[in-house]
Amino acid sequence: MERKVVFRGKALPLALLAPQLLITIVFFFWPAGQAVWFSFLRQDAFGIRSTFVGLENFTDLFADPLYLETIRNTVVFSTGVTVIALATALLLAVLADRQIRGSGAYRTLLIWPYAIAPAVAAVLWIFLFHPQIGLVGRALNGAGIPWDYKLNGNQAMLMVILASAWKQVSYNFIFFLAGLQSIPKSVLEAAAIDGARPAYRFWTITFPLLSPTTFFLLVVNLVYAFFDTFGVIDALTKGGPAKATETLIYRAYVDGRVNLDIGLSSAQSVVLMLVVIALTAIQFRFIERRVHY
Amino acid sequence: MATLDLSGVQKAFGATRVLHGVDLAVADGEMIVIVGASGCGKSTLLRIVAGLETPTAGSVRIGGRDVTALEPADRDIAMVFQNYALYPHMSVAQNMGYGLKIRGLPRPEIDRRVRDAAALLGIEALLDRRPRQLSGGQRQRVAMGRAIVREPKLFLFDEPLSNLDAKLRVQMRAEIRRLQKRLGVTSLFVTHDQIEAMTLGDRLVVMHQGHAAQVATPMEIFERPADTYVAGFIGSPAMNFLEGVLAGGGRAVALRAGPTIPFADGPRPGPDGLPLTIGLRPEHLRLEAGGLPLAIDLAEPLGSETVLHGRLPDGEALVIRLAGPAPRDGTLPVTLPAEHLHVFVAEGGRRLDPAPA
Repeated sequence: MERKVVFRGKALPLALLAPQLLITIVFFFWPAGQAVWFSFLRQDAFGIRSTFVGLENFTDLFADPLYLETIRNTVVFSTGVTVIALATALLLAVLADRQIRGSGAYRTLLIWPYAIAPAVAAVLWIFLFHPQIGLVGRALNGAGIPWDYKLNGNQAMLMVILASAWKQVSYNFIFFLAGLQSIPKSVLEAAAIDGARPAYRFWTITFPLLSPTTFFLLVVNLVYAFFDTFGVIDALTKGGPAKATETLIYRAYVDGRVNLDIGLSSAQSVVLMLVVIALTAIQFRFIERRVHY
Repeated sequence: MATLDLSGVQKAFGATRVLHGVDLAVADGEMIVIVGASGCGKSTLLRIVAGLETPTAGSVRIGGRDVTALEPADRDIAMVFQNYALYPHMSVAQNMGYGLKIRGLPRPEIDRRVRDAAALLGIEALLDRRPRQLSGGQRQRVAMGRAIVREPKLFLFDEPLSNLDAKLRVQMRAEIRRLQKRLGVTSLFVTHDQIEAMTLGDRLVVMHQGHAAQVATPMEIFERPADTYVAGFIGSPAMNFLEGVLAGGGRAVALRAGPTIPFADGPRPGPDGLPLTIGLRPEHLRLEAGGLPLAIDLAEPLGSETVLHGRLPDGEALVIRLAGPAPRDGTLPVTLPAEHLHVFVAEGGRRLDPAPA
């Protein structure tokens, strides 16, 4: 049912919209516009002079083999984070959805990691996996498995993936649990009477009915892995060793903030912006089409 | 097709006892309706037969095989749910074929069976639709179809008609009965609606507070209710109950309302002065000169009949159903026909039949 309110005059609707518009303009359109503008400029190191260089920042960017390597890192990283975070959360949610004693308590416990700041989370993982002082790190080395994420790029990547995924599991868990609880019990009972075993029931009934939730979380997790994992990476590896864990967002930070190449950094921000726009567009299109059961 | 035997089925959820030992023997092809007010345990009983609940004690046998410990999947039953419980992400054909696919039937066989069932229910045109594109009545048919294609030993119906509007309910009721007779599948049908119960069942199980208060054919239950609960539950408007005591050496009842009525069918065992509850169906009461004065306080004209509500001089309420129009107020003389008395012991409400000669 659609309800429409018609205002007389324009002052009131404009006043009501103004705070939202103001915030969007000041904190989004303005900086975004600046980033787009800077991406066409080249500044000297002290920020005194800037020259218009057109698309040169972009052509430089995509000609740089290190940037292409960063894209590959980002793909590996975000895929890893998303798959691990979603699969773990789904498994935990399915287990927590059963009627067991004390389910309320451990549902709450599973939500806790979400409340931990990225830097604190990273420190936690350092205490676990540091090759010399970490519990797991020492155990691995002691067992004859050479473990040093400060030297081995693959191990570093594995660690930032695990740490980032771990942070996101709680969030996914909440949504999966809510999704599971909104599936009518009688539908699952009907499937049981139709002869479906629990595993078959899960893949033919539960999982398809959960797909709107899964798809929503897929996009949210990709965006998270792209943009919100800066803190974890910075605290754990600072993009190293040898740029093995440098993702797009981390590279933009390093070029802009450390190397003071504002133009190049802005060009990378614009690329990232396009990625978000694409992800959001895909999400809306699919949600429009697939969610209505 | 199979028989169903329940013996001593009990169920408790924590400290709450829901079923207190239910026994039931269902013959092959029989349609049994389990009827009762909400909370009487009727749905729990059905779910125990389905295997969705485990009984605390007792056993369930389908076709002579003890299935008490088996999963629903291994019982070879089909169930129609109150909210239909169709799989929302599958087409009607997929919904109906789901159980067959699990059993590994070849594709053409599944298609054939689904088409046959759809033809039987008149839903061939809907096979490619999704459940959300169907009306309530159509969903109901699909749910039926899903049960039929399986060709199960047992049909279970859990209030399948209560989400339909009144007209459709009457239509589907007749259709379910016709279909069940034609297929000859043993069926359990749970409802709270006494008309559904009377019209559908070969036999009824009237449930009351976790007990089977009476198991009998609809007419038997109507004519010889086992206790005051069953007597009051079956029949509309509900049976009237008047207080009285056994009198004349068991040959009559002395009503609190005044008259002493001799029993038409023989003396009851028990001492004089035994408190009784006398049941009288509204349709058996007559307005005749010389009867008890009934002060009418409400008249409900229903066209073909009129229902009068009133009070006897001692304050007991009485409802009369009369054919055709009737006076709507004032005080009317009402006679209580001896041949239609139902006699119950006041304490516990059990039916008191004449002592065998």
